[in-house]
Amino acid sequence: MTTVNSATPADSVPAARSSGALVEVHDLRKNYQLGETEVHALRGVTLSIHPGDFVAIMGASGSGKSTFMNILGCLDKPTSGRYLLEGTDVSSLTKKELARIRNQKIGFVFQGFNLLGRTTALENTELPMLYSKTNNKDRERRAREALDHVGLSDRADHFPSQLSGGQQQRVAIARALVNLPRILLADEPTGNLDSRTSVEVIEIFQRLNASGLTIILVTHEPDIAQFAKREIVFRDGQIRRDDVVEVPRVASEVLKTMPTIEG
Amino acid sequence: MGLSAAFVLALRALGRNKMRSGLTMLGLIIGVGAVIAVIGIGEGAAKKAQEQLAALGSNMLFVGSGSVNRYGLHVGGFQTKTLVLADARAIVRECPSVSAAAPGTETGQQVVYGNENWATQIRGTEPQYFEVRTWPFSRGTSFSEDDVAQAATVAILGDTVRKYLFGSRNPIGETVRIGTLPFKVLGVLTPKGTSPGSTQDQDDVIIVPLTTVQKKLLGQEWLRWIMVSAVSRQASYIAQKQIESLLRDRHKIRPGDPDDFVVSNLADVADAAAEQGSVMTVLLTIVASIALLVGGIGIMNIMLVSVTERTREIGVRMAVGATEEDVRLQFLIEALVLGLIGGTIGIVFGIACSLAVSQGLGWPIRIPAYAIGISTLFAITIALFFGFYPAKRASQLNPIEALRYE
Repeated sequence: MTTVNSATPADSVPAARSSGALVEVHDLRKNYQLGETEVHALRGVTLSIHPGDFVAIMGASGSGKSTFMNILGCLDKPTSGRYLLEGTDVSSLTKKELARIRNQKIGFVFQGFNLLGRTTALENTELPMLYSKTNNKDRERRAREALDHVGLSDRADHFPSQLSGGQQQRVAIARALVNLPRILLADEPTGNLDSRTSVEVIEIFQRLNASGLTIILVTHEPDIAQFAKREIVFRDGQIRRDDVVEVPRVASEVLKTMPTIEG
Repeated sequence: MGLSAAFVLALRALGRNKMRSGLTMLGLIIGVGAVIAVIGIGEGAAKKAQEQLAALGSNMLFVGSGSVNRYGLHVGGFQTKTLVLADARAIVRECPSVSAAAPGTETGQQVVYGNENWATQIRGTEPQYFEVRTWPFSRGTSFSEDDVAQAATVAILGDTVRKYLFGSRNPIGETVRIGTLPFKVLGVLTPKGTSPGSTQDQDDVIIVPLTTVQKKLLGQEWLRWIMVSAVSRQASYIAQKQIESLLRDRHKIRPGDPDDFVVSNLADVADAAAEQGSVMTVLLTIVASIALLVGGIGIMNIMLVSVTERTREIGVRMAVGATEEDVRLQFLIEALVLGLIGGTIGIVFGIACSLAVSQGLGWPIRIPAYAIGISTLFAITIALFFGFYPAKRASQLNPIEALRYE
């Protein structure tokens, strides 16, 4: 699997700034109108994330963490402040350019999996490549490799309805990886999964992170956050805490102590 | 996203919901079917009318003896005794737009051959009649000027008479009896079918020299009609004027008094038929356009539902890198594919309908290539036009809201 090479100089666009940060946000603010009232979802967020990091973002609902993730994922634009992704100022790009960045540099994993129904695991995995210039042969090969990487090569022709929640989430991860992104953004990826399956998914994340992929994970479960290397807590649109996790939990170890449910 | 990939995607998306896709296309199928059927039946009817008019003769004018006003009472047509052979000669001589004129009269008689007998129309005329009416012989020949001069008892059979009296036998040289006189059969005419706008069988006739009818069958000197050939179709209107003024002059009709003859121009009949046909075509085209419009609205309606239902899918596609153009293209191509498939089914359906109508009414149908081209173009245009708004709406969804949509 070539995912590990995501940061090779060959594919990387203009050299990152001297700071070497992959993500650099400065005084990020986001306001939007909700009926009569103006909501200040983000009130000045500044932080950097370096390549190879594994960040867990915590916070109650309404703390601004989802808004922050949407901006990081180039799905939304900040009202003010700067967002540099690999040194490029993303806040000034057009919708089309943002779509290109989502396609090439960002992989999304959602709480609700968001696979297309009545579409096989393989086709779901191929989806991002429909929007990049990938020929049919490469597309299928790379999709199969990605599925193989999450341990689902034998389920390639199954529909989402024929897969368990954990398997569906793994298809979603394969889909997120298939265009070799710089960052994997996971929004409550374990929210719909039982505890063992959750740890299995986190185990994949840790494996990907170990091979160099930067992961940003939004969760409200403190024990899931403990698998990350860094924990950021949001409250009222601002960063309340930004700590290094001294000794991250190791998913593969935790799994050994958990009872197996599946035969 | 490449176009071919987009087509595959559209086919799959439509295939996932076959029932709905079918219902979406139904309006278009009916619309295109109606267009095809309208054109097919209309063209067929126009062609039939043309053939019937051509069968009457080229650039033909019909001069009939008029009705008589007796004590304020109009008594039928062909009553006046003023139309005579000299009129026919004068028409050819003095009207520059006339190329030929055949005088004639007729009478109903019983015809007998062997054990067979048949009641038919005996038409007395001159040899140029066959030219004026562009009526070729299937067997034998016409009678001659001499036969006319001598009031010879010779006959040309219409195809219907031949069938009833002779069946499969060759009638040439045989003798038939008309009334009490024996006539020698010289020729047989090709079938012309029924005359336009009536059920009258044009082939149920026997044609003999004019003088023979005048002297030996009717004992009347006057003519019932003169068939006139104009030099061209345009000239037929001028010829009509020329004939009218010539005959008024010859018959000494004072200005203000009514004609004692009737001139009808077959070009008028043809124009009337064509006008009637085009009125029908316009009406049916309006109906077909409404059907297509309704079909288009159906597409828009169901595509809007589809866009709403697939909001999350659109969100996912945008999250993984689909641009607005990609999403718009996807839905436009779905509409296009609906249009193409619906159009194709509609064409088949339309052909089937026209065939059914032609079987039922005995009309010929003719579906020209342009009809298929036009209706395909219509289907695609309608689909794209009505697919554009839903596609635009899909492309303008906010990905964040779309991903959260339940």
